[in-house]
Amino acid sequence: MDVLTPRTLEEALTLKAVRPEAVPIQGGTDLMVSLNFDHLRPEVILNLNEVAELRGWSRENGVLRLGAGLTYTELLHGEVAEALPVLAEASRTVGSPQIRNRGTIGGNLGTASPAGDALPPLLVEEAEVELASTRGTRRVSLGEFLVGPKQNALSQDELIAAVVVAPSRQPQTFMKVGPRNAMVISVCSLALVADREHGELRAAYGSSGPVVGLVRAPLDEVGSFAERVAAAASPIDDVRGSAAYRRHALGVLAARALERCLA
Amino acid sequence: MKIALTVNGEAREADVWAGESLLTALRDRLELPGSKNACEQGECGSCSVLLDGVPVCSCLVLAAQADGHEIVTVEGLARDGDLHPVQAAFADAGAVQCGFCTPGLIVATDDLLRRSPDPTDDEIREALSGNLCRCTGYAKILDAVRLAAAR
Repeated sequence: MDVLTPRTLEEALTLKAVRPEAVPIQGGTDLMVSLNFDHLRPEVILNLNEVAELRGWSRENGVLRLGAGLTYTELLHGEVAEALPVLAEASRTVGSPQIRNRGTIGGNLGTASPAGDALPPLLVEEAEVELASTRGTRRVSLGEFLVGPKQNALSQDELIAAVVVAPSRQPQTFMKVGPRNAMVISVCSLALVADREHGELRAAYGSSGPVVGLVRAPLDEVGSFAERVAAAASPIDDVRGSAAYRRHALGVLAARALERCLA
Repeated sequence: MKIALTVNGEAREADVWAGESLLTALRDRLELPGSKNACEQGECGSCSVLLDGVPVCSCLVLAAQADGHEIVTVEGLARDGDLHPVQAAFADAGAVQCGFCTPGLIVATDDLLRRSPDPTDDEIREALSGNLCRCTGYAKILDAVRLAAAR
């Protein structure tokens, strides 16, 4: 096994082009578990911690570009949290302080788990994912990026560079069901935006289908929206909860989220 | 592979396996067994260390990622053979039973009190939410943090 540690994005992309089998690592909160438990023995690990271009965020014409290496801790406060409160709320529910200090938004996208806490907020805010390779960069909508449980649209030679989002700045919230207030993989989760500007309700559910799913409805159909969210999900029975419970809980979360956002 | 890092203020080198965690490097290569190995998946916090001043689970950091960085373990908190004030408060408050979780809790508490010298109970619970203790039921741990803050 080798660890490659590039210092620039260009170097990282070159390494990924030459060694497409290299498995990227940022905060390690997912990958290290696989290594520690012998579930994965990659030939090459690509350590992205030292790539400065993946850190931090920028804003241009009201559009935010969040570097893939932004940690949950960095999303909790400050300007990004003000622009995307739904993402800040979700980040607050991730793991523990130790996990939030290491886990990154890019890692959440790379793992592409249906339980990824950053994903429902980014989906309701209609984010795009910026993918980079030595061939250039491309942007895909988050919905297109998430192609299956723990599967994403990355090509072998690509890395996740950033998330690009134009914050709606409309009332929004995130909710998550789990057995305690920390260190919880969601049983189910919900992000909701009441977008008055576009006369639209958007909700995204987590841990309730093979991928995080988006439900839209006109704002005047608010009365049936919670039921619609619950009906749209396709949850399964697993160790964290039953399909029936998840579907029921999603309806409850959606109704509460609507109350919060339309108050 | 070789890594060079600063541990508890001292420049150290270690020859590590590419896939091993910082926790393994600290315990098995650098003879610093204070950080404990329990869940190896970031659930229990007993391996907590400071990486560039920020608390992390050392089991979730690839040892190679620590190359060129600064680590503080629980061994780095005590000075000249005297207990660190947080350690003394844990001992005095009876917050230590089997002691396995204690190093992680000491590191997390020290970090909290540096950021927030007079924390509320909610802040304490939040700061220690990634550290599990199966003996004390946490009441005496909260007492210890309040005692350390008061001192």
